[in-house]
Amino acid sequence: MSTGNEGSTPAAGRGSAVAEAPASSKPRLGVFKLASCDGCQLVLLDCEDELLAVAEAVDIVHFPEASSHLAEEGPFDVTLVEGSISAPEHLAQIQAFRKASKVLVTIGACATSGGIQALRNFATLDEYAERVYAHPEYLATLETSTPVADHVKVDYELRGCPISKRQLLELLTAVIKGRRPEIRNESLCLACKRYGYVCVMVAHGIPCLGPVTVNGCGAVCPSMGRGCYGCFGPKEGANTRALAERMLAMGIPRDEVLRAFRFITGYAEAFREESIRHE
Amino acid sequence: MSESKPGTRDPALNGTRNIRVEMLTRVEGEGRFHLKVRDGQVEEATLTIFEPPRFFEAFLVGRSLFEVPDIVPRICGICPVTYQMTSVRALEEILGIRPTAEIRNLRRLMYCAEWIESHVLHVFLLHAPDFLGYANALEMARDHKALVEMGLRMKKAGNTLLEVMGGRAIHPVSPRVGGFSKAPSPKRLLALLPELEWGLGAAQETVDVTNGLPMLDFEQPYTFVALDGGKDYPIEWGERIAVTGRDPVALEEFEEVFQERQVPQSPALHARLPDGTPYLTGPMARLSLFPDRLHPLAQEALERTGMRLPVLNPYRSIVVRAVEIVHAFAEAIDLIRGYRGADPAYLEAPLRAGEGRGATEAPRGLQYQRHRVDGKGLILESRIVAPTSQNQARIEADLAGLAPEILAMDDAQATLRCEQLIRAYDPCISCATHFLKLEVERG
Repeated sequence: MSTGNEGSTPAAGRGSAVAEAPASSKPRLGVFKLASCDGCQLVLLDCEDELLAVAEAVDIVHFPEASSHLAEEGPFDVTLVEGSISAPEHLAQIQAFRKASKVLVTIGACATSGGIQALRNFATLDEYAERVYAHPEYLATLETSTPVADHVKVDYELRGCPISKRQLLELLTAVIKGRRPEIRNESLCLACKRYGYVCVMVAHGIPCLGPVTVNGCGAVCPSMGRGCYGCFGPKEGANTRALAERMLAMGIPRDEVLRAFRFITGYAEAFREESIRHE
Repeated sequence: MSESKPGTRDPALNGTRNIRVEMLTRVEGEGRFHLKVRDGQVEEATLTIFEPPRFFEAFLVGRSLFEVPDIVPRICGICPVTYQMTSVRALEEILGIRPTAEIRNLRRLMYCAEWIESHVLHVFLLHAPDFLGYANALEMARDHKALVEMGLRMKKAGNTLLEVMGGRAIHPVSPRVGGFSKAPSPKRLLALLPELEWGLGAAQETVDVTNGLPMLDFEQPYTFVALDGGKDYPIEWGERIAVTGRDPVALEEFEEVFQERQVPQSPALHARLPDGTPYLTGPMARLSLFPDRLHPLAQEALERTGMRLPVLNPYRSIVVRAVEIVHAFAEAIDLIRGYRGADPAYLEAPLRAGEGRGATEAPRGLQYQRHRVDGKGLILESRIVAPTSQNQARIEADLAGLAPEILAMDDAQATLRCEQLIRAYDPCISCATHFLKLEVERG
């Protein structure tokens, strides 16, 4: 269906475990957002083939973007949290979400790494606020944008900007069945090899974060003839230093290498440390 | 399911009635509204946004212009293509790149896909439940399953086209300065035709279905604003902006004419015309200003509705969106039939310092961007104006206009009516928040 996008697997598609859960024990699902673009919760509404089945299998009790029923106090069996901790009220909100939830799942680059708005963590906030706002004294915002896991215990995280539909359905199915979701820690490079995409770095000299980025998208960027920009964040044990050295050896200026790591998931530890090395 | 939060009434104030909704639902992003009526007169009608600022215009500074089409879509997951297409238009002006006809057609095709995805989401999942008396589309599906399934399938048709062209539907990766990192093969696009043709039929049916919904009487004196796309219906290209009853505005004059001002007693900035008139951008504006530029099939669907132009009843926007869905499917089909590939997929030009502007039509209205770069192509200054911050003053004026009618209603009814009106504009609060210079004063 889609170029390189892994789409929905048979294991998570319509008529699978999602639809088979008995109605009497429907888990209660809550969807919340903090600082974000709404794109990750939209992935749930973009499950066009599965949405009605999901709604049969779980009781969606709080999802303001889609429903006028509100129950923000919970309790929830599963809570999906989109967005980063970026404003003072988020500090109390995330504690409340945690308290109300059995399983708390962070979804997307903002919730798992601080998101693109975490670029401000590398600057001073005053500098930023003055540039954008006429009266920064009215702004109630935190100095930094941070991932949810810096504040409360997170049970599972779905990476990506946006998250993958396939991984979301796998996660919901697993939680309903009471098993661990199968979400692999493999580099994007492996996806390229699996799908037979030409390596953009080797063949065309295009810088690519594929070797250090966790796969989840199915290597959409190389499938479109461009380098990965790391929106799923670093894979565990990523050798960012080796990749940065390689990029420098290819003749890519140091400031570009810095910006490559300091991007959508730039505040994730491995990428953050690598970009700081090139300051 | 669970309890909903109705509007609350403040009995302490004699002769005064407060209608508040603390959390607007079925809109993108988070906001609340407050309507205060005293002795039958509206004292205050405010739509408040409580999304936190994310400082896009600040962190764009110092980034390469080539990174901008990957950064700006992150402002909004509902209309990422809008941000990409508006930015490349502005950045190409700086570099002196004039995209080829093939590239422009591909951009228009991708934009049609976003209109389909976003409009269908709004019509079926967010807005229709208001007319039929449901809290959400999933509950609506219990009684109107075929209708909801039709909507989901149409939405998927738009998203699939986005995936084929951009790698994924949300934050697609192929659009770049100069064109696309990779152009789709004609074969892959042709393979989508059967589903798009089904979608066209479904869209025509959607026009009839929405036109048959129980419609409230409510008309407002709108000043409409829409991009003038030459002979084409306003979508991805235009050099000037049309305004009801006034001279067209060149892109260079945008910031002088569409002024963001602070309103007394409100921390938010509202865009207005220089004489203070609030204006409306979006589907009603596009259709009312340029009905003759609709695809013939969309014109036919429009005629069948018997709707009078200009469209002055905001509740009717659901029908207007349906007409635009017909347009988007019909034009996508035409563009795919005429497509022979795009080689080169993108154009390049040497870096140079300069400033450029772009405007395009997001599903929910006009978007404007201006970027200024140095000789190395690094951003010095960016300005982004989203549709919802432009529409906000008009939405509040409409809420005030609703007051006489809702005085006779109980609180739950009145609240629902206000919410329904706000939803009619398909507001994107995530978008608006990043540009309102002062938004919420939080303690």
